[in-house]
Amino acid sequence: ADMAARPAEPRLVSLPLSRIRVIMKSSPEVSSINQDALFLTAKATELFVQYLASYSYKHGRGKEKNALTYTDLSHTAEECETFQFLADILPKKILASKYLKMLEKEKQDGEVGDNNEEDEEEEAEDKA
Amino acid sequence: LPDGVNISKEARSAISRAASVFVLYATSCANNFAMKGKRKTLNAGDVLSAMEEMEFQRFMVPLKESLEVYRREQKGKKEARKDKDKKADSEEQDKSREEDNDDEDERMEEEEQNDEEEVDN
Repeated sequence: ADMAARPAEPRLVSLPLSRIRVIMKSSPEVSSINQDALFLTAKATELFVQYLASYSYKHGRGKEKNALTYTDLSHTAEECETFQFLADILPKKILASKYLKMLEKEKQDGEVGDNNEEDEEEEAEDKA
Repeated sequence: LPDGVNISKEARSAISRAASVFVLYATSCANNFAMKGKRKTLNAGDVLSAMEEMEFQRFMVPLKESLEVYRREQKGKKEARKDKDKKADSEEQDKSREEDNDDEDERMEEEEQNDEEEVDN
């Protein structure tokens, strides 16, 4: 049989099952994984990647430059509820100077903080 | 994505991380279902339930369809292995097992070719 002559068939799933398996096993309470479950997880991940990429591209500004950008991905994680579990690993990028200002402000708020909290609580009770 | 869209290294790496997190989240969620069913092995149903739980209902139909194709493939592979085991030539048996590990998806075509191979041998 001449395998080289045949055109390449599209694979059923494009992600490597072995790698997916490693990640799944790293989860603490998981003891064993059925072969079908492994396949489904790999396939679901593939669908997820496609969804994340196309959603971010569609709703982002990268398409103005014909690109999928990190910023668009990060926005998706922040704004779309379905992708919120990604928010921590796709943080928004900010200028270092802005970050330093934020830190300073937090510090100042912290010092005055106690009084403010009391006021807020009283307000809430009044409204209730 | 449409043709020709550029994806920066940063975006690629982000997607890769996102995929890993997704696997972990899905696995943990599926495992909850397995534990509810007092099972230690994650099965296909657990993964499907996890997808629903995670609000990815849109994946359900394509996942179920792929699963069917996958199961048929696996069944085909098993039967192909049984046929090869019947052959007296032990060298071939070892070779077929090695091939199984390499390329899972081309097996379906090989199933059709099995008859030809037997005639050649």
